[in-house]
Amino acid sequence: MEVQLRDPNTVMKLSKLGSFHQSKLSFLRSFLKEFKDWDFKRDLFDLDENGFGKAIYSFKKNKRTYSLVSFANKISDTERSDRVIATKWDAAFVLYDGIPTKQDIERLSENVPKQEVGRVSYKELTLSRANKSVRIFDHVIENLSNGKQPDKNILSKVGYLYRTTAVYGSGKFGLADRFRIKNREEIYGPFRLEMMLVYLTRQFTFDQVNHVAKYKNPRQAVELDKNICRNLGIGNSTGLGMAPFIVNHPTLLNNWILARETALKKIREIKHVKNKDTDLFLYCLKKSLKNVISWNTDSEFQKNKIKDLLNDLNKLIDYLKNFNFSQEYAFNKIYRWAEEKLKDECLEYLVSMMMEPYDDIINPLINTMSSEEEKFFNIPTNRTIFELREILEKNYSDILKINFKKKESNQNFWFISKNKEEPRLANRYEENGSDLEQPLAIARDIKKLHERVLIEKNSLKIGKFLIENNDLRHVVRRAFIVEKFPYSEIQDNTIGSNLMPIDMLRLKLSFFGALKFDPKSDKWLRICMFQGAPLPTDLKKFDDYWVYNSLN
Amino acid sequence: MRTLSEIDTTVKRASKAMGFSWGIAEEIGKNIRLLELFGLPGVKNLNQYFKDYKRKQFQKISLISKLNESIKIPYCPIIFGTNFIDQCTILEESIDIEIKNIAYPLLFLPFASRASEIVGKRIFLKIDEKEYLLNFNLSILSNHLNSIINENAKLISLKFLDNNNSFTDNEWQEIYKLSEDTFVEETDSLKQTGAGAGLTDND
Repeated sequence: MEVQLRDPNTVMKLSKLGSFHQSKLSFLRSFLKEFKDWDFKRDLFDLDENGFGKAIYSFKKNKRTYSLVSFANKISDTERSDRVIATKWDAAFVLYDGIPTKQDIERLSENVPKQEVGRVSYKELTLSRANKSVRIFDHVIENLSNGKQPDKNILSKVGYLYRTTAVYGSGKFGLADRFRIKNREEIYGPFRLEMMLVYLTRQFTFDQVNHVAKYKNPRQAVELDKNICRNLGIGNSTGLGMAPFIVNHPTLLNNWILARETALKKIREIKHVKNKDTDLFLYCLKKSLKNVISWNTDSEFQKNKIKDLLNDLNKLIDYLKNFNFSQEYAFNKIYRWAEEKLKDECLEYLVSMMMEPYDDIINPLINTMSSEEEKFFNIPTNRTIFELREILEKNYSDILKINFKKKESNQNFWFISKNKEEPRLANRYEENGSDLEQPLAIARDIKKLHERVLIEKNSLKIGKFLIENNDLRHVVRRAFIVEKFPYSEIQDNTIGSNLMPIDMLRLKLSFFGALKFDPKSDKWLRICMFQGAPLPTDLKKFDDYWVYNSLN
Repeated sequence: MRTLSEIDTTVKRASKAMGFSWGIAEEIGKNIRLLELFGLPGVKNLNQYFKDYKRKQFQKISLISKLNESIKIPYCPIIFGTNFIDQCTILEESIDIEIKNIAYPLLFLPFASRASEIVGKRIFLKIDEKEYLLNFNLSILSNHLNSIINENAKLISLKFLDNNNSFTDNEWQEIYKLSEDTFVEETDSLKQTGAGAGLTDND
């Protein structure tokens, strides 16, 4: 039996993309799997009694070494901010390509804490900063220094000691361009080095609290229990900066979604599901419930989604109680039932769970999730208007139905803030600046393009069409990309009044492998990464299902 | 050192700020990135061109032909280049193209380099006395690699080169003969067992 890939017109709706969950394809899981047999080492730990100073951690295999250089700084509570406008952070990090020399460390110490205002070099790969969760950090130190472990209930409400507020890579602020490193096999999956930085940062946070507690009370202090460490992740505070990324990298977006859709298709095509695979699927599903139950948020939007998810998960578990897994195409049958009975949040949760038993399907897909974007940049100008119109009508059918004459269809515009050079969203009818709008209103511009194409001769070549229509060149390029990459476009209006920008963030963060999305508004959210993950010293005893082993 | 990613993004934004459409701004970003990757002074030339662009007028050509001449004001290298790349599959048939009086000719170079990749042919480009061989957008060979600003070219001549070998048949035979020294002479036994295909194909 052949199952069709799901229709991009369904999958690429923002409400659907905003319901995605972590899976076996997620980057932090594939990163750990790739680096599980690398040698981990703490090369330097030079902190003062208050935990300020520098530390270096490394992963090494054969002749390759990656080193995290960490700088912990003293800042006042009034200076601490997760917003991108901040200029000081509790700690700053950079991932160095190799083993840094003294001169490198000196250079980095002058630049890394300054983040965007500093400058790094092609020897550095990723850059980040993080702030303490003050209430958790102080609570942990207080208890450890008195010889006690911290209260797990308090820890579980937050889930981390530090949260990063940005992680930069690929040529930003002087970091190495991707072309310099893209042929390294260990980083074929996307965002591998960003994941490495975050993972090693997590270890730094544990070492730092142990160190400070010990200085505070050398006689009584104990170290943070390893199980507690394992159940703490790294938080992340994410705003709109991430949203345009998925519009600006269409082939990359396609490859992420296509990998997920291909996995689902292949799993639905399995005729006989083996008992061990059934058991593993059910095990992961049941164990994962802890992650949903312990999902704390103040957001009414997210609370409702979690409530729906839990209701639907109960329905799913009831359905599976009497489900006969020995019937043919069992997973397809479950999927078809879920598609009919469950909301998107739970349906996409199920898709993630169904991947768990199938390394043989998932592992080859992980290496297809990067993209050589430059290869698809040129517009095929020898194609005709007839072909372009067919592409538009086939691939943007819902978008072409949007009425952009309505005010609400045009309500927002995306712009780059002059202060921080970061993307922002504003109301076109209330704020100035829409004349400097970024090219992210793809639906509106595609509709405009379609209107112009309709009045041209079918035989006209695209090269000639562009002479008079270069104002729409950016979407002509996209149309020819979507022809080859059907999951490359969000099939929604990204400037409409009902836009939920956090749907765009959630899509990306789910591919990162984030848990516990906690929206703080429609424009920013907090998440947790690596909660439950093995510690670097335990990586060689790697368990691929660590994500469901969290105690929280 | 500025990274290629920074160059691409910043040039794209600067080009939009100069009044080019987002689509053309994307082209300029990619082109300057390419020039800098090949060690040519893209940012320097673009920066100077944008200063002139505010003060002077430039000819904006639409359809490119075998001979192109702008008598009063120089061609805009960006509009010329955009149309050149859009029309390169047709222009290829003309083999030789001449462009007289074009501003900042280095800014046209990456369009031609990318056209070389699109049509699958090398392009030989002469900007006045400076020569460039554009190899399928993989590399650029030149007799002129100074990091200077060239504000104008009186004449660019461009030739689409046929895909010919750079060596004679005799030279090929000589090198091929040497390569044969790595082959094993097959015995009857090896002929029967070495390939793995069936010995009878009539089943």
